[in-house]
Amino acid sequence: MSDAPKHQLKIENLHVSVGDKPILRGVNLTMGHGQTHALMGPNGSGKSTLGLAIMGHPGYEVTDGSILLDGEDVLEMEPNERARAGLFMAFQRPVAIPGVKMADFLRHATTNVRRPDRKEGEDLIPMREFRKELKDKMQHLRMDVEFARRYVNDGFSGGEMKRAEILQLAMLQPKFAILDETDSGLDADAVRLASESIADIGGREKMGLLIITHHDKLLEHNPPEFTHVMLGGRIVETGGKELAEELHRSGYDRIRTAYPEAEARNQEMLNEETAV
Amino acid sequence: MTQTTSPPSVAFDAEGFQAFLSNRQEPDWLSDLRRQAWDHFEAMQWPERRHEEWIRSDLRLFQLKKHQLSLAASDDTEVREQLTGGVDLGGQVTSVDNHIHTDTLAEDLAAKGVVFGSLDRLVNEHSDLIRKHLFSAFDPDYDRFAALHAAFFAGGQVLYVPKGVVIDRPLHIDSMLSNGGSDTGHTLIVLEEGAEATVLHESHSPTSDAGGLHVGALEIIQAPNSHLRFVDLQEWGHKCNHFAHQKARVGADASLQWTIAAMGAGFAKVNQTVELVGEGASSQVNGVLSTEGRQHIAYHTLQHHIAPNCQSDFLYKSAQQDHSRTVWRGMIKVDKAAQKTNGYQRNDNLVLSNTSRADSIPGLEIEADDVRCTHGSTTSKVDAEQIFYALCRGFTRNEAVRMIVIGFFQQIFDRITIESVREALGRSIAQQVRDYE
Repeated sequence: MSDAPKHQLKIENLHVSVGDKPILRGVNLTMGHGQTHALMGPNGSGKSTLGLAIMGHPGYEVTDGSILLDGEDVLEMEPNERARAGLFMAFQRPVAIPGVKMADFLRHATTNVRRPDRKEGEDLIPMREFRKELKDKMQHLRMDVEFARRYVNDGFSGGEMKRAEILQLAMLQPKFAILDETDSGLDADAVRLASESIADIGGREKMGLLIITHHDKLLEHNPPEFTHVMLGGRIVETGGKELAEELHRSGYDRIRTAYPEAEARNQEMLNEETAV
Repeated sequence: MTQTTSPPSVAFDAEGFQAFLSNRQEPDWLSDLRRQAWDHFEAMQWPERRHEEWIRSDLRLFQLKKHQLSLAASDDTEVREQLTGGVDLGGQVTSVDNHIHTDTLAEDLAAKGVVFGSLDRLVNEHSDLIRKHLFSAFDPDYDRFAALHAAFFAGGQVLYVPKGVVIDRPLHIDSMLSNGGSDTGHTLIVLEEGAEATVLHESHSPTSDAGGLHVGALEIIQAPNSHLRFVDLQEWGHKCNHFAHQKARVGADASLQWTIAAMGAGFAKVNQTVELVGEGASSQVNGVLSTEGRQHIAYHTLQHHIAPNCQSDFLYKSAQQDHSRTVWRGMIKVDKAAQKTNGYQRNDNLVLSNTSRADSIPGLEIEADDVRCTHGSTTSKVDAEQIFYALCRGFTRNEAVRMIVIGFFQQIFDRITIESVREALGRSIAQQVRDYE
C-alpha cells in the first residue's frame, strides 16, 4: 500500500525517576516513519532507562513530559497496550520463563499484537499457519527450528538470547523498536548476522529503529539518519551518521568536555549506581 | 445377615457401624476385619496436635459427627472423564458416595484373567484372591483415620492383573462425592509378575464449593518385573475433608510411575508411601499441588528403600493462591540392607499471594552406607520482571501469570508419559489460576 499511514513516535521533555532518584531530565526525541536513530552515550547516561520508560516498566516513574505514538498518549497505556499499539523493545538481558516454549510464547504474543482487541481466552492464530510463518522467519534468520521448542531464554547463551529477541522483532513487526545493545556479548560473526537480520527486518517492515549500541557493526548495516548522544540523563547532541562514526573513532571525551554539567550528573548517577 | 430396612445414611458411630455392617453383603472374614478395626478406632485417640504429621494441619475444626455415610444409592451421578479424552479404555468403574454406577471390563481382558471392577462385588466373587492381598499395603492401625477407613470402607475398586498379562488400554476410575456426602473407597491394585497396566483415577464433587468427607485408601502391590502407571486427579469440592493413606509395594525390577494432582478439598491430609521391596525396583512420583481460597493440603511422602539397588524419584511442585496453604513433608528412608540406593526428592513452590503459605520439609533417614540420596526444596514468587517481559510482548497480566504458573509445572508435565493426562492437568491448573492483580 503506497498510502499506508506514516507513523511517528514523539518524546517530549521526558523526566523519569527510579525510586526518588531522577535519571532522565528532559529528553526530547522524535522518530519518523521507518527512520533509524542511534542512541549513544557512556554507561549510566540513561539509555536503557529511556527504553524501559517507553515500554512502561513499573519501576520507572515518569514525573514530567510526554510520549506520543501517532498522537496517542503512550503514558496512559499499560505495557501490553503499548506492545499492541506497535512498540517493541529488544531487551539487553531478557528474563527466562522456564517451562514456556518459545513457540507457544510467540504464538500468544503474535496473536495479541496483531489483534489488539483480542480478549483473554479468544482463539490464537491457528497452529498450522503460525508454525509455517515461524519456520520461515527462523530459516530466514538462519536459526535452528529446534530453538522454538526450547523454553523462553532458559539456559540460552548471550548470543541465543539476542537472536531470540530478533526473532520476536521479526514476528511482532512493531511500528517502532528499541534495540538495547542487541549486539553486545556477541562474537564478530554473530554481530554481523544480527546486524544483517535487523537491517533486513527493519527495511522490509519499514520499522522505526532506536538502536542503543556501543559498536559500529550494527550501525554499518543500519546507517542511522540521526545519532543522539546521551549524557547525564539528557540528549546533549544530535547529528547524522557521521556523529556515530566520530564517537566510535574517538570516544566521548569531546562530549564530556563540551557538556560539563551533564558530565557531572552522569558521574553522580554512576556513583549512585555503584553505591547501590 | 439380617434383612431389615436400612436407614438411608448412618453416622460414624457405634450404632452407625452396626447398621452399616448389617447392610453389607460380604464374606465373614471381611466383617471380622471391620469389627476389629472398629474396636481399634474406639480405643484410639485423634492425633495429638504436636504429632509431627499434624503440627501444621490443625484438626480441631474437623468434626466426624457432622458427616454421614449413605447406605442407599443416589440418583445423582455425573461421571467425569477428564483424564481419558480420546482414550480407548479397557474398563471403567464409577461411583457416587461409594455406590457403584458403572462397572465394566473389556471382554478380551476378562478372558485373560484380568479382574477389574467394584470391590463390593468382587470381594464375593474372588474372596480368596482379595483376602490374600487386602491390607497388605495398608495399615489399619496407622492412625484413627486408617482405623475408621478399615471399619467403614465401601464401594472401592479392585484391579488384578495375572502373570505376564499386559493391558494396553487404560482402566478408568471416577469417584464422585455428592455435596455433603461421604466416600470411604478402597482401591486395591495387584500386578503379578511381568504384568503391565495403566490406571487413571479421578475424584470430584458436583461443584467446586461442595463439602463432604473422604476417608480413603489405596494399595498397590507389584510383583517382580511388573509395570504400573497410576494417575490420580483429586478435585473434591473445596469444603471437603480428605484423608487418605496410599501405599505401593514395588517388587524386584518392577517400576511404578505415580502421578498425583491434588487440586481439591478444603482440608486434606495424605500419606503417600512407596516401598521398594525387591532389588532393582524403581519408582517415579510426579506431584502437582495447586491451592486457592482457604484450602489446606498436606502431603506426607515416604520413599522407603528396603531392598538394595532401587531407585526412587519424587518431584512435587506446588502453587498457592489467596489464603491457601500446602504442607509437603518428604522422607527418604533407607534401610541397612538397601545398599546402592538412588533416592531423589524435590519440592518446588510458587507462592502467588502474600497470604498464602508453603511449608516444605524434606528429610533423609539413611542406615546404609553406600547410597546416593539428594533432596531439595525451593519456594519462590512470580517474578515481576517475568511479568513485565510478557506484558511487553502483548500479554495481559492474567495471561502472563497463568503462563508463568503453567510453565512452573511444565517440568512435571514433561515427565508424564500419557498425553491425555498431561492435557487434563494443564487444563485443571489453568482453570484454577484465576485473575491476578
